[in-house]
Amino acid sequence: MDKNSEGDRALLQVSDLNVRFHTTDGEVSAVNGVSLSLARGETLGIVGESGSGKSQLAFSIMGLLARNGRANGSVRFDGQEILNAPPKVLNKIRADKIAMVFQDPMTSLNPYLRVSDQMAEVLMLHRGMGKAQAVAECARMLDAVKIPDAKGRIRLYPHEFSGGMRQRVMIAMALLCKPDVLIADEPTTALDVTVQAQIMQLLDDLQTEFGMAMILITHDLGVVAGACERVMVMYGGRVMERAATDPLFADPSHPYTQGLLQAIPRVDQRGDELSAIPGSPPNMTFPPPGCPFQPRCAYAMPICEAQMPPLDDFAPGRARACHASVMTVRAGHAPQPLLPEAAAEDQAIAAASAEAHAAGGTR
Amino acid sequence: MIDQISMKSLAARLSETEVKGRSPWADARHRFRRNKAAMASLAVLLLVGLFALFGQQLAVWSNEEIDFGIIGQAAQLGGPSLENGHYFGTDDLGRDLFSRTVQGTQVSLLVGLIGAAIAVIVGTLYGATAGYLGGRTDAIMMRLVDIMLAIPYMFVLILLLVVFGRSMMMLFMGIGLISWLEMSRVVRGQTLSLKNHEFIEAARATGVSTWKIILRHIVPNLLGVVAVYATLLVPLMILSESFISFLGLGVQEPLTSWGALIAEGSGTMNYGTLWQLAFPLFFFCITLFAFFFVGDGLRDALDPKDR
Amino acid sequence: MTGYILRRIAIAIPTLLLLIVVSFLLMHAAPGGPFTQERQLPAQVLANLNAKYGLDDPLWRQIINYVWGIVAHFDFGPSFVYPDRTVNQIIAAGFPVTLTYGSIAFVVAVAVGVSGVAAAIRHNTWLDYLAVGTSIGAQVLPNFVMAPILVLIFTLWLGWLPGGGWGGPIYWIMPTVALSTSFMASIARIMRSSMLEVLGSNHIRTARAKGLPERAVILRHALKPALLPVISYLGPAFVTMITGSVVIDMYFSTGGIGRSFVDSALNRDYAVMMGITILVGALTILFSLVVDVLYAWIDPKIRY
Repeated sequence: MDKNSEGDRALLQVSDLNVRFHTTDGEVSAVNGVSLSLARGETLGIVGESGSGKSQLAFSIMGLLARNGRANGSVRFDGQEILNAPPKVLNKIRADKIAMVFQDPMTSLNPYLRVSDQMAEVLMLHRGMGKAQAVAECARMLDAVKIPDAKGRIRLYPHEFSGGMRQRVMIAMALLCKPDVLIADEPTTALDVTVQAQIMQLLDDLQTEFGMAMILITHDLGVVAGACERVMVMYGGRVMERAATDPLFADPSHPYTQGLLQAIPRVDQRGDELSAIPGSPPNMTFPPPGCPFQPRCAYAMPICEAQMPPLDDFAPGRARACHASVMTVRAGHAPQPLLPEAAAEDQAIAAASAEAHAAGGTR
Repeated sequence: MIDQISMKSLAARLSETEVKGRSPWADARHRFRRNKAAMASLAVLLLVGLFALFGQQLAVWSNEEIDFGIIGQAAQLGGPSLENGHYFGTDDLGRDLFSRTVQGTQVSLLVGLIGAAIAVIVGTLYGATAGYLGGRTDAIMMRLVDIMLAIPYMFVLILLLVVFGRSMMMLFMGIGLISWLEMSRVVRGQTLSLKNHEFIEAARATGVSTWKIILRHIVPNLLGVVAVYATLLVPLMILSESFISFLGLGVQEPLTSWGALIAEGSGTMNYGTLWQLAFPLFFFCITLFAFFFVGDGLRDALDPKDR
Repeated sequence: MTGYILRRIAIAIPTLLLLIVVSFLLMHAAPGGPFTQERQLPAQVLANLNAKYGLDDPLWRQIINYVWGIVAHFDFGPSFVYPDRTVNQIIAAGFPVTLTYGSIAFVVAVAVGVSGVAAAIRHNTWLDYLAVGTSIGAQVLPNFVMAPILVLIFTLWLGWLPGGGWGGPIYWIMPTVALSTSFMASIARIMRSSMLEVLGSNHIRTARAKGLPERAVILRHALKPALLPVISYLGPAFVTMITGSVVIDMYFSTGGIGRSFVDSALNRDYAVMMGITILVGALTILFSLVVDVLYAWIDPKIRY
C-alpha cells in the first residue's frame, strides 16, 4: 500500500474506514475498510452504483452521518485526526477547510430561509463578518457561479430558483470560505443533462481558480472521465479498483469496472449491444458472503464466495480487489461455467497471482 | 389524536415501488412480532375482548339485578368480594359492578369498532375517489372536508343526539360519520402518489373503468395506511363515546359504557366507594393504551424508522 | 399576504353561514321542538319566539330572520325554556369563565408541549423515553378522566385545592390542568416526531456541513419547519379543548358555557344549544383563520 509514502504529504488521508448503521432490521455495513488519500489540488473520483457506500463515506469524513450511524477507522485532515472528533473541532473544519455540495439541490437548501441568510451565516460564522458585508460577499460568489442578477436574487427563497440554479447556489455556498477540499456528492444527478454539463464545467473552472482539492462522487463514469485525475470504484461498501483515470478507462482490471464501462452508451459503437450488469446491488443488511460483487460477477469462482479478495497494488498507482487474474479480466470474456477441477485450477492461478502482486507491492 | 407526520411518512413508504423479493407485509409481521410492547398490547386486547364476550358467563349477578342486601350501604357492604359474587363490588344502587363493567366494555368496544369501521369505509372511498379523480372534483371534495373539520363536531353531535333522540344507532352514525374526515385526507394523499404508478397507468390504458381501478387497484394498496389509521381510530372513537356518556348524553340506562361508569364512579367517589371508579377506569385505560401501542407498533413495523 | 388573508376570509364566511343554517334546520326538524309546535311552551316563551321569528312565517323567512339577528345584532334570540332570559345573557354569564381557564390551559399546553423539542434532541435518552412515555400515557387521560383523578388526589386526599366553584386563581388550577394534559401530550408528541423528521432532512445536513453549532442548527434551521405541524394541530386542538370545557364546567361547576350547553341539551332548550354551537363554531373558524395566516407567515412556499 502507498499509505506510508503518501501519508505525509496527503491533505486528506482516510484509512481503514468502516461505517455501520444500526437499523430496526439489524446492523448494516455501509462502508468496509476503505482507505484513500487526496493531495492538495487533486481531483479524486469515487464511482459506484447507489448503495455502494460512496455517499456515506463522504458523510463520515465530515462527521455528518445520520444519528444511527457509527464510523471507525481514521480520517486525517492536514495531519489532524477528525473522525469522531468533538463537534467543536469539526465545526472549525466544516465549510472552512472541507466543504460539501450535496446531491439534491431541491432539498439541501433550507426552504424557510432566504438564500442571503443561508449563505451569509457561513461567512459570519467562520470569518466573523457583519451581515451586510457577508451578504455583499455572497452576492459576489453567486456572480462567480454565474447566477444572473445575483444582487437581486440573493434575497429570494430557494423555491424561487430552478434546480440548476439551486445547485449553483449550493456550490457558491460551499466555496464561500475557499475550502481546501470540496466534496461534491453527485452534484449533477438531480439535474437535466444540459445543466449537468454546465455545472461540471463550473466546478472544473472554480477548482482551477481556487486551487482546491476535490472529491467527486458519482455513479456516472462519463462525469469522471472529464474531471478527475484518479478514480476509486466502490461496490457494496468496498473499494473494487483504484487507478489513474486514463488507465482505468483504457484497461479496466476489475470485472465490476468493466461492467460499468460497458454500460456506458457510446456513439462510436453504434451497432454494439449495450450491456448492463445483470442483477441489482446487494442488500447491505444481508450482504452476500465473500466478495459483494460475486453474485453478479461473470468471473465468479468458489473462492469469491468464501473470502473477500484483498485490495492489491498490481501496478504503479493501480490497485484492485479481485480473485480473478488481471489477464482473465483483460481477456474480456468470462470463463465457462466452472467444472470442479477447472475451478481449483483457476483458484490456484488466482492465489499465485495474488502472491505475485503482494511481492510486487513491497518492491 | 393521530400523529399526521408519521402517517405521511408511512403513506410515502407504502406507495414506494416495491423492492424485489420479500413483501412489506412479511417484513412487517416479523418486526411486529419482535415489538414486545405491541405484542403485550395485543394480548391485553385479546383478554379485554374475551372479557367482553364471555364475562357475563362468569358473573353471578346480572347487570340489572339489584342486590337489596346492599342498597343504601354500598360504602360498607358493596366492596369487591368473592363471597357474595360481586367481584368488582356494586354501585350505589346495589347493582353488580362486574357485570356492569362487562356490559360497559361491550358497548364501548362496539362503538369504537363500528365507529372506526364507518370511518374506514367512508374515508377510504371518499379519499380514494377525490385523489384519483383529481382536478376540480378533488378540490371541491376536499374543501368540503375542510369545512366540516372546522365545525366543533362534539357540539353538533350532541345537538344531533338531542334532536333525534339518544340511541345507539344515532351514536354510531354521529361518531362514525364525522370521524372519516381525517382518514379521507390521508387516503387521498396516498392515492395521489399511487395514481402515477405503472400498474395504475396500465390499467387505465387498457380501458378499465374508473370505479374498477379505484376499487381493485387503489384501495387494496391503501391497506397499510388504513389498517394503522383504523387501529388508532378505535381508541379515539371510544374516547368520543365516553366523553358523551360521561356528560350523561350518550347511551341510556340500563345500557352503560365506560364513560357512563366513570361518570358514576367519579360522582360517588367521595362517599368512600372508590372501586366504582377504579374498575371501569382500569379497563378504559388499559384498552386505550393497548390500542395506541398496537397502532404505533403496526406503523413502525410497516415503516421502520428510528423514532 | 393580504390577498391570502382575504381569500381565507372568503371561505370562512360561507362555512359559518352553513353552520348556522344547518343547525337551524336541525332545530326545525326536531320532533317535539317548538318550531313544530307539538310541545306546550309557556305562553311568555311562545310570545317571545313569535315576536322574534314569526313562527307562522315560511321557513326561509325564519332562517333569514335568525341569521340576520346574529349577523347584524349578535342576537341569538330568546331562550325556549326560561321566559325572562335571552341566549345572549346566558352566554355572557358563562363565556368569560370558559375563556379564562381555556386560554390559560391553551397557553400551558403549547408551552409545555413545544418543549417536547428537548426530547427529540436528546433522542433515545432517558429524557426522551420519559417524554414519550408520559405523552402516550396522557393520551389515555382525557379531561373526563383527569378531572376525577385530580379531585381525588388534591381535594379529597390532600385537601389542597377546592373541588369546584369559581373564584380566585386557586380555582383555576385543576380545570386548567385537567383540560390541558392530553393536549400537552399531543403537542409534545407532534413536536418530537416532527423535530426528528426535520433533523433527519437534507437541509439540516447542509446546515451542519456549514460548521454551525448544534444550537444554531436547531434554532435557526430546524425549529421553524418543525413547528409547522404543531401549528396546523392548533386548530383541531382548539376545537377539542373548547369541547373539553363542557366536561370541566360540569365537573368543577365553574359556571362556564359548557354547563349551559349540557343543561340546555337536557332541557331541550334549542335556542341556547344553537347559540353556543354557533358561537363555538365562529370561534373555531376564526381561530383556524389565525392558524392558517400564521402558517403562511412561516412557510414562504404558501404565500399567495
